[in-house]
Amino acid sequence: MPKKLLDSKEIDRTLTRISHEIIERNKGTEDLCLVGIQRGGVHLAERLAKKIKGTDGADIPVGSLDISFYRDDIRIRQPAVSRTDMPFDVEGRKVVIVDDVFFTGRSIRAAMDAIMDMGRPALVQLAVLVDRGHRELPIRADYVGKNIPTSGGERVEVMLAEDGHEDGIFLVSPGELNEGGRQGREHA
Amino acid sequence: MRAAGRGASMLNSRHLLGIKDLTAEEIMLYLNSASSFKDILKRDIKKVPALRGRTVVNLFFEPSTRTRTSFELAAKRLSTDVINFSAPSSSILKGESLLDTALTVEALGADIIIVRHSFSGVPHMLSRHLRASVINAGDGTNEHPTQALLDAFTIKEKKGGFGGLQIAIIGDIIHSRVAKSNIYCLKKLGADVRLIGPATLLPECFRELGISTFNNMEAGLEGADVIMMLRLQLERQGKGFFPTTDEYFRQWGLSRKRLQAARPDAIIMHPGPMNRGIEISSDVADGGNSVILEQVTNGLAVRMAVMYHLDERKEQ
Amino acid sequence: MRLLIINGHVIDPSQNFAGSAEILIEDGRINTFAREGGINRTGADIIDAGGMWVVPGLIDIHTHLREPGFEHKETIRTGARAALKGGFTTVCAMPNTNPVNDNAGITEFILKMAQAEGNARVLPIGAVTKGQKGEELASLYAMREAGCIAFSDDGRPVASPVIMRRALEYAKGFDALIISHAEDPALADSGVMNEGLLSATLGLKGQPAVAEEVMIYRDIALAELTGGRLHIAHVSTKGGVRVIRQAKERGLKVTAETCPHYFSLTEDAVAGYNVNAKVNPPLRTAADVEAIKEGLRDGTIDVIATDHAPHGREKRTRQFDDAPSGISGLETALSLSLALAGEGVLTELELIGKLTQNPAGILRIDRGTLREGAEAELLIVDPQRRYVLDAEKMISRGKNTPFDGMELKGMVMKTVYGGKVLEWA
Repeated sequence: MPKKLLDSKEIDRTLTRISHEIIERNKGTEDLCLVGIQRGGVHLAERLAKKIKGTDGADIPVGSLDISFYRDDIRIRQPAVSRTDMPFDVEGRKVVIVDDVFFTGRSIRAAMDAIMDMGRPALVQLAVLVDRGHRELPIRADYVGKNIPTSGGERVEVMLAEDGHEDGIFLVSPGELNEGGRQGREHA
Repeated sequence: MRAAGRGASMLNSRHLLGIKDLTAEEIMLYLNSASSFKDILKRDIKKVPALRGRTVVNLFFEPSTRTRTSFELAAKRLSTDVINFSAPSSSILKGESLLDTALTVEALGADIIIVRHSFSGVPHMLSRHLRASVINAGDGTNEHPTQALLDAFTIKEKKGGFGGLQIAIIGDIIHSRVAKSNIYCLKKLGADVRLIGPATLLPECFRELGISTFNNMEAGLEGADVIMMLRLQLERQGKGFFPTTDEYFRQWGLSRKRLQAARPDAIIMHPGPMNRGIEISSDVADGGNSVILEQVTNGLAVRMAVMYHLDERKEQ
Repeated sequence: MRLLIINGHVIDPSQNFAGSAEILIEDGRINTFAREGGINRTGADIIDAGGMWVVPGLIDIHTHLREPGFEHKETIRTGARAALKGGFTTVCAMPNTNPVNDNAGITEFILKMAQAEGNARVLPIGAVTKGQKGEELASLYAMREAGCIAFSDDGRPVASPVIMRRALEYAKGFDALIISHAEDPALADSGVMNEGLLSATLGLKGQPAVAEEVMIYRDIALAELTGGRLHIAHVSTKGGVRVIRQAKERGLKVTAETCPHYFSLTEDAVAGYNVNAKVNPPLRTAADVEAIKEGLRDGTIDVIATDHAPHGREKRTRQFDDAPSGISGLETALSLSLALAGEGVLTELELIGKLTQNPAGILRIDRGTLREGAEAELLIVDPQRRYVLDAEKMISRGKNTPFDGMELKGMVMKTVYGGKVLEWA
């Protein structure tokens, strides 16, 4: 059985904390925007925006980013091409990239490249729900929900209500891969 | 936020030789990804690193500026290196030297070879001998698959889908690779296709594909949602297919008056370059229903999608 | 040498015989043809046919041997050797060599080469017109004297009706046979396959079936006008069969051949730009195949010929439009033809007749028979033997066959020819 690392309540508390940290670090919400990485990061970005509105009252624009065209591991495993939807100009903004699991850092590198090609943000920060280690690039997160030490063969599964599941974060050991209904995303 | 497909490649082949060989799912994969590429083309920085380090060769044995330029720019937008290899007319590059030329180009390190040739089946023959992906950019009177994909993409943008659409293709059907690819593509996507043209250029055998054919323009245009005009090859004049271009326009030219037979919101398409006053009148070509220039823009996005997915397929 | 063949199922259309019989060969001739057990075995080498077919050596009225000029495609040696393996002990060599066989010198060269090699007998066919250009008559009489068995511009039609008329008239003077490659060149218009939906969807230029029908009609009308002897090569269309049938019903002495590919394949074999299925006349539709079979059945079509047209590597590496036409057919013709007996289209006697007695009759040669006194040229054929064709293993230099990799049925096991017994399996 996969091991449950965070349940629904804990996820919600964690996101609340991160939303506060974002407001605090940026001294408010002026010029702030959230960009979720397809697919897991998008839902989290939307939840964070809702929480920020609850605290600060401000409507923070949320974008979704497909990084397919920027990946350096395209030759290994081809993700589906999802639509990038950025309903605002990143030029001069404070951009917070949101992702569910922070692993090698390669997705974040790709996301930063993609954002830079859209314009010149004032600054870019990174918020992740889970940091599982094993970085391959000199990238760190500004906001971390939970640090979870893992081995390379393990997989971290993030299930979210938006995808029709009960919220939960699971650690899946190598022998349990490809079991059950939902096929886990690989977090690179 | 639409998912274009999931997981590993849905393509059955590493080549794009014709629409004939594609499934509806493969066509939709290209069309959906083309939407993402079209977004990129609207940015200030119209380039992504998706195919960085790849080499694309335009191997054109037939003169073409538009298609070659479109492929070239699409390849550059994907960060590939592009070489244009325009061989002189095929008459002196027959037989083994054709294959030898392609093998030479491949030896230069080409990952994707885009082929245009005046003989049907040349891309197919080359694909049997090459490790590179072969994209058919038009072979003889057989197919021009990326044109059909960009046409389908344009129709999808304008009409939302294909089911129940009445699409009329008009002109020299038998000699048109654009018509052939569009027939296969639109049929696979569920549209109703009808062909209009003089019997000399529109053999009845096409009915065997479940397509209606018309030798009368007004009857054929009745209720059409999409009107696809074809370029008339002027050299057909005097070979018995039709007497003069003037007479051709009288019967088959798209004029404002003829357009009234179609639906008021019908879109007008043309693969270019147009013969104004021969197959289409200028006021129609430049009128509100025309999407001819958008086709050109969409061609870039579609060709980016094709190269992107073929490259990914090749790696598997 | 005394050679006795026993336990064979002997089929000899020239004697209207199909049944068990023994054949004694002495001094290269058929000495005795008798019922089973009817021949004294003393001192004879015995071949036990084991119930397999024993048939006369086959005669191919339509072969391209390519020499002189195109030796990379085929030579007289390789072609005539491939013929023996395919069961053909006599082949008629079409003149479209380089130089064209349009004069007695070339005819003599071909005969000399063939005799030196000792493979299947080669009977040259001379060109009707100089250089096969369709403009001036070639020296038909001189070529006839040198050994030409018939005349044809095969590979291309005699486009001019006037030249065809003159050829038929002139050849009549010495009772020579004119073989027509029946294709109206204007209607065919350089089409590279059959015209229809498939040609439209492949983007290949089609030639309409009517291009053959029209030309057959023209040549029959000219034969009627002139009284010349006319044979129609490689009939491929329903319309062509109909025109010939009507001519025969009117009592005209026209004869006709078809080739195994025209009753074995349809144009569908071309799909995917398969150059090995590019042949002229082109492969046609299922309806044409049925009509060809009916023409064979009712006698409209007299002969099955190979139209053996070997090509080199250029056939595979060229685009379809540019690739040469033709099928390397000597080594597959019998297997493909045997299917007609299997399907009940022809009886064994009719089938073997179209490969022996009928071409012999049209060519007026005393071959293709097991009659006592005839030269001993015969085959032992296993009609049940199945094999997968490997074109690379064919003797012919031309590996161009659309049947490569297919399972075929019926194989020549032994060829008795020229005082030798050649074993193939």
